[in-house]
Amino acid sequence: MSGEPILEIRNVSKHFGGLTANDDVSLNVGRGEILGLIGPNGAGKSTLFNMIAGALPVTAGTIRFNGRDITAMPGTARCALGIGRTFQVPRSFDTMTVLENVMVGGFMRSSSTGAVRRAAIETLDFVGIGGRADAPAVELTPPEKRRLEMARALATRPQLLLLDEVMTGLTPAEAKAGVDLIRKVRDQGVTIIMVEHVMEIVMPLVDRAVVLHLGRLLAEGNPADVVRDDKVITAYLGERHRAA
Amino acid sequence: MTHRQLQLVLLSGVVIALAILPRVITDVYMLNVLVLTLMYAALSQSWNILGGYCGQISLGHALYFGVGAYATSVFYASFGITPWLGALAGGVISMLLALGLGYPCFRLKGHYFSIATIVIAEIGLLLVHNWDAVGGALGIQWPIGPDSWVTLQFARDKAPYVYLALGLFVITWLVTYWIEDSRWGFWWRAVKDNPEAAESLGVEVFRSKMAAAALSAFFTALGGGFYAAFVSYIDPESVMTFRFSLLFALPAVLGGIGTLWGPLVGAAVLIPLTEITRSYMGGSGNGLDLIIYGALIMIISLAKPEGILSLFHRNAKPDARP
Repeated sequence: MSGEPILEIRNVSKHFGGLTANDDVSLNVGRGEILGLIGPNGAGKSTLFNMIAGALPVTAGTIRFNGRDITAMPGTARCALGIGRTFQVPRSFDTMTVLENVMVGGFMRSSSTGAVRRAAIETLDFVGIGGRADAPAVELTPPEKRRLEMARALATRPQLLLLDEVMTGLTPAEAKAGVDLIRKVRDQGVTIIMVEHVMEIVMPLVDRAVVLHLGRLLAEGNPADVVRDDKVITAYLGERHRAA
Repeated sequence: MTHRQLQLVLLSGVVIALAILPRVITDVYMLNVLVLTLMYAALSQSWNILGGYCGQISLGHALYFGVGAYATSVFYASFGITPWLGALAGGVISMLLALGLGYPCFRLKGHYFSIATIVIAEIGLLLVHNWDAVGGALGIQWPIGPDSWVTLQFARDKAPYVYLALGLFVITWLVTYWIEDSRWGFWWRAVKDNPEAAESLGVEVFRSKMAAAALSAFFTALGGGFYAAFVSYIDPESVMTFRFSLLFALPAVLGGIGTLWGPLVGAAVLIPLTEITRSYMGGSGNGLDLIIYGALIMIISLAKPEGILSLFHRNAKPDARP
């Protein structure tokens, strides 16, 4: 982490009626890092994620991207600034082909159909489903759909990519391929925030882990330290991890 | 030859065949059916821009059709302005109206949007009914004059109307063809398939809907202007009732919603079928066409939700819904 952070979250809270999903969360994300956002179900990971993406308004607090206050900005405008996202349950455009899905994202940066198509083909090759370009999106397998989500978000040329449980439900081999892909994306200079609850996958991949519990920031640091943190073990990992 | 070039060749073939037809068919009744088929193909093509590509199912397009028909008739009957200009004026008025109505209505989703369009079109019908300046319930009779391409009046020969309707269809087809491969086309389909995902990819969802509505309304009004010239007498019941809104949506749904050729294929099946049953049944067949529409909708949604065109596709998408 060097220079000014790409994303600054300051005292962000989110209430749904009487329920507090996030309570006074503050967090910096450094340029070029892979940040893991972890925690048990209901910890407020997805809520925080959606507030960063602009899909949910914050109740209080501010979010800055590249030093600019984006707290009140809708998702579309955040995408234009360089924030891309995927969805927990893949949301492909099902009447379109795989290539057309990716082109939708590409039109964010260019209005030339030819240029957008060429870039989309490259992006599909990059994520490894170039061979499926002309298939209808509905026909993709679940892991392919995850890759399509990623390709589509990458087509908008994000500086910050938000990945929502992209590893969930994958076989170990598929997850391994996913990890390699995420590293490859980071090596292109893209900062990554990933929400995940499969610790075994996240920990070796991320540079820094942030643990949320009951909407609050419980611990933050390099993954090896975080899994040894007493509070984290008690709240989340369970006693069997204490020996490790 | 690419897939898109093939479409253009196909269009040329269809246009040539249809342009020859009036030379072969001399029966006035059959020519009438041909004019109506092409007109509804064009109107359904216009509806398809908003309903098929952008996924906003409007059942109130009779409003824009009526605005086009009335603007053209008022300009011609009261001021002697050629229907060419009158229809264009109607198109622009409809476009502005669509933007004004879209502003509140596009905050509604799914069925609520469709219901709003029905209600607004009915309000429009009632307003025109009680608006004496445009003839109220009596309507507007076009002054009788000699056959002319300026006034679009052809008393004896119906062939010019075939060419006009064909021209209108070709224009709407070409606009759709061009947009289909542009940013708007991709954005509209993304908005239809999944607005949340579209938004996350930088798609301006609201603006996309507004643009589709404006374009769709414009061409629907041009069709209204043409129809007014064709029948040369209009009243609220003959251009603004719900039946028209249905007739714009149905061919696209029947042929293939959100496809380039769906509206023409659907109109070619639907319009001759209803016109012929109507003439066979005479006055007693008045409700029969509606029964046919209902039956067709049921058959299509059960057997081929993607429309007739999907019969010719290798990769039919099993999960797609109109």
